[in-house]
Amino acid sequence: GGMLAVVVLLLLAAAGPGRAERDVLREELLLSPLPDGDVAATFQFRTRWDADLQRGSVSHYRLFPKALGRLVAALGVRELHLALTQGFWRTRVWGQPPLQAPAGAELWVWFQPTVTNVDKAWKELSNILSGIFCASLNFIDSTNTVTPTASFKPLGLANGTDHHLLRYAVLPREVVCTENLTPWKKLLPCGSKAGLAVLLKAERLFHSSYHSQAVHIRPICRDASCLAVSWELRQTLTVVFDTFSSGQGKKDWSLFKMFSRTLTDACPLASQSKVYVDISPKNKEKELLEVTPPPTSVHEATVQGDKRTYAVYDLLSPSLFNTSRSLNVQLKWKRPQDSSDLPTPVLHAQRYVSGYGLQTGEISTLIYNTHPYRAFPVILLETVPWYLRLYVHTLTIITKGKENKPSYIHYQPAQDRKRPHLLEMLIQLPANSVTKITIQFERALLKWTEYTPDPNHGFYVSSSVLSALVPSVIAMKDVDVEHSPLFTSLFPSSDGSSYFVRLYTEPLLVNLPTPDFSMPYNVICLTCTVVAVCYGSFYNLLTRTFHVEEPSRGGLAKRLANIIRKFRGVPPL
Amino acid sequence: QFQLTVPVAVVFAPGSVPGDLPRPLPFRDVQEMELSVNLRTTVTSRYETIYRSTTAEEEAALGAATAREADAALHLLQDTSLGSLTIYVVPETSSLLPQGISVYVGKHRSALVRAGGGLATLRTRLQQLTQVMSFTASSITAALSDRVPDGQLGPAARRHLKSSLGYEITFSLLNPDPKSHTVEWDIEEAVNRYVQPVLDKLSLVANFSVDSQILYYAVLGVTPRFDKESSSFLLSAHSLPHVINPVEARLGSSAASLYPVLNFLLYVPERSHSPLYIQDKEGAPVSTNAFHSPRWGGIMVYNVEAPSSPQASLPLHVDVDMVRVMEVFLAQLRLLFGLSREELPHEFLLERPGNEGLADWELDRLLWAHTVENIATVSTTLTSLAQLLDKIGNIVIKDDVASEVYRAVASAQSAMAELAVGHLHSAFQASKEAVTSSERAFFDPSLLHLLYFPDDQKFAIYIPLFLPMAVPILLSLAKIVRETRQHKKEPTKMD
Repeated sequence: GGMLAVVVLLLLAAAGPGRAERDVLREELLLSPLPDGDVAATFQFRTRWDADLQRGSVSHYRLFPKALGRLVAALGVRELHLALTQGFWRTRVWGQPPLQAPAGAELWVWFQPTVTNVDKAWKELSNILSGIFCASLNFIDSTNTVTPTASFKPLGLANGTDHHLLRYAVLPREVVCTENLTPWKKLLPCGSKAGLAVLLKAERLFHSSYHSQAVHIRPICRDASCLAVSWELRQTLTVVFDTFSSGQGKKDWSLFKMFSRTLTDACPLASQSKVYVDISPKNKEKELLEVTPPPTSVHEATVQGDKRTYAVYDLLSPSLFNTSRSLNVQLKWKRPQDSSDLPTPVLHAQRYVSGYGLQTGEISTLIYNTHPYRAFPVILLETVPWYLRLYVHTLTIITKGKENKPSYIHYQPAQDRKRPHLLEMLIQLPANSVTKITIQFERALLKWTEYTPDPNHGFYVSSSVLSALVPSVIAMKDVDVEHSPLFTSLFPSSDGSSYFVRLYTEPLLVNLPTPDFSMPYNVICLTCTVVAVCYGSFYNLLTRTFHVEEPSRGGLAKRLANIIRKFRGVPPL
Repeated sequence: QFQLTVPVAVVFAPGSVPGDLPRPLPFRDVQEMELSVNLRTTVTSRYETIYRSTTAEEEAALGAATAREADAALHLLQDTSLGSLTIYVVPETSSLLPQGISVYVGKHRSALVRAGGGLATLRTRLQQLTQVMSFTASSITAALSDRVPDGQLGPAARRHLKSSLGYEITFSLLNPDPKSHTVEWDIEEAVNRYVQPVLDKLSLVANFSVDSQILYYAVLGVTPRFDKESSSFLLSAHSLPHVINPVEARLGSSAASLYPVLNFLLYVPERSHSPLYIQDKEGAPVSTNAFHSPRWGGIMVYNVEAPSSPQASLPLHVDVDMVRVMEVFLAQLRLLFGLSREELPHEFLLERPGNEGLADWELDRLLWAHTVENIATVSTTLTSLAQLLDKIGNIVIKDDVASEVYRAVASAQSAMAELAVGHLHSAFQASKEAVTSSERAFFDPSLLHLLYFPDDQKFAIYIPLFLPMAVPILLSLAKIVRETRQHKKEPTKMD
């Protein structure tokens, strides 16, 4: 009897999605004042669709954008993460980001095991995405694509993590601007007409220190029992406003000052629409800041190993718009805050290129672990284009003056014009330490067609990626993902004692030996001129007829002489 | 240079044979008609007719009570190859056809014609009938519209979709005002019930994929005018062209395929603009409240009934009546495929296609037109490819491109041959292959003409050589000219 009931339940679950396809939209804005006075605003829009996109039968879309849904179904995508970023998140000053992305465009995709030709699907996918987002993702090819083995694990539901189904590429040169934002906004069910997306005004968003927009698609469990799959689309946008300099030295800000708009309503399609403001007390002192209007509730959470307090404005609660028609969240500091003691994040990194001349150079990466007593491992992923030839024997990892042997190394050498270098290492970072990783390289000579239009600007080397489980100072509770705020729930938390962090270092700009591109033309011009001059005199020699010149009346000198002779009374010449 | 052959069988029921037949039954007859599209293209249509009398089974089938039953019974007896027609001539007094109707076109590839009036009237009727059921001059010119000089095409010819290997049909529900309306439509059910049968039938012509989406805050590009008399909003016909553009940006063409997209939009006007009616050119409201855009799709405005009490809570829940909507969309779909019923003499009766939405002979019409269009497309593609190759002398033709070109030519020729014999199905298949091959050859990335260095730029680089060399030559030429002129002048001076 019990068995039968289970079978019936399973059948019901299988038949269920056809009838009652539910899709839910949640929108959220997190405003967090950064230690140095800037303000970070993180928008997250999450569409959850209780339907199995992969089965191919689904073709009727409601909240989920059709363009992306068809893409996922047609190309066998299991997980897709695309980020377009302008600027660099300064981890040391701004702290751990909720979601960091490398400068430029970053795309990483897990394909379904049913996809036979992953490279072809990857090429097709990047071309289509390039069309959807008006970005030059079509420049993703085998020379900048890698298959990391350890750094990028699926964030969603996955059975088996065969890394041959993963592709990762970064285009550090990509410039992100309005034309990328518009298609991104178009994917939102409410567009930019209602809800939090009203604030997304391009001229303000790109007038900022950091702008990063991303799309994450992944399958997730439909419920706790996880018998069926739902698809989740997260659209995130992070922007950092320099309120300190634009606000005449004051660190106070308001929604209107930052976005030149205020919120008037929630998106009518959203089942949740909230604004979170980080009002965590700094340095265990009394609250220094004041937010107006009074929040509807206060939410406490442990985020990235730190206890934080958030003022919450629920746009769906009718009491919020009772007093005034629009919501303009304002934050005022009661006392000028001393910005001398910035809390340093537990993990941060820095990278630079050194050396002189145009033949060899050295890439150095410094990784800081500022945790007072805990050591933890970090996975470092380096992707270096083929025209910088890495000398792996020069790889040195030094911590506290001693050599630090990585416990795992995966190195895939580059092939000229085919694939980049891939270096992945698992490095143990002792407590309170700095680890320096250096590797030398030689610059290759490119063919003259391979140079970019502005070769003297230099060539970008994409950011290296640090993934780590950072031990938390305070214990974290396991929370229900569905009910916690969105900004805490993209990365899966493993257990209560540590949290996942992914950091990107600075992209590098390397000068390659660059020829003088006008040289061939100069040579042509010069030789042509010489040839033409020779030809001219030959031509003259050959075509002129020569005849004896009859004596004429003479030149100027003769006439002058004659005038003088006249005066002297001597007969002229 | 097209020759299209339609096999026609004319079957005489007992008592319907006209007295003035030239020969005793059965016999064969061929009629040809010529149509010139432009100076170089002519289409010859050839009707190969067999005249015979009914067999015993056919006679029994014709004994049915109504034309519809007879049609169904006769369908089992016919040869069912695409493109062939069977016409049954029934006695003048037959009760099969209703009063006043002398031609009945069935759901399949047959028709019933009432005898009477001798051979001449029968001939003209047969001619009309075969044209209705296969192709007319206008349907062929529409298919060859690329070659017809401008201004000679009617508006109907421009409406037709281009022939393609596949089409994507997208149904979009536009809800510009989600705050006051929650609109729901059971599109999945409606597609399965109404659209899929038609597409199954059309699957012979092309691949179809159907999807749907709901777009919020998508508004039309025109603000409708308020009409005080009817207290409604009106969209006049001349403003309709401006309606689509802002919506189009939201529709999102499918990036994943290259097939043309047919858009069908259901627009639920916002509360402040409803009810909304479309006016035709004379100012009368359009009964379906819908319009279509040639080669693009159709739009239907679906008005939400105002709530009985003004205090009704917002948002208002709206369930779309899919029968009404699908009726309009299917009619538009037929229009876009050029399957609209043409003006026919009043004695013609067409059977309603029923659940399938499409009669067999209508499918044939589509196939005739698409085959001709495909062949024309192939020849245009290959001609422009040849022009490109003529322009760039040093272009590299890879072997696979060459073989695609050969295959396209061979397929196009075999399609022409099959058309001339009257095998519509194999002709269409061959023409499809020809299109695929020719497109593949034409769009091969190695044939991008930007890849090749243009000759005029090579010349420009060597200007520093040519210019100084040209100067003495030109100078001496000028000198020669001057001298010859002086030579001519001198003799006149002597006189």
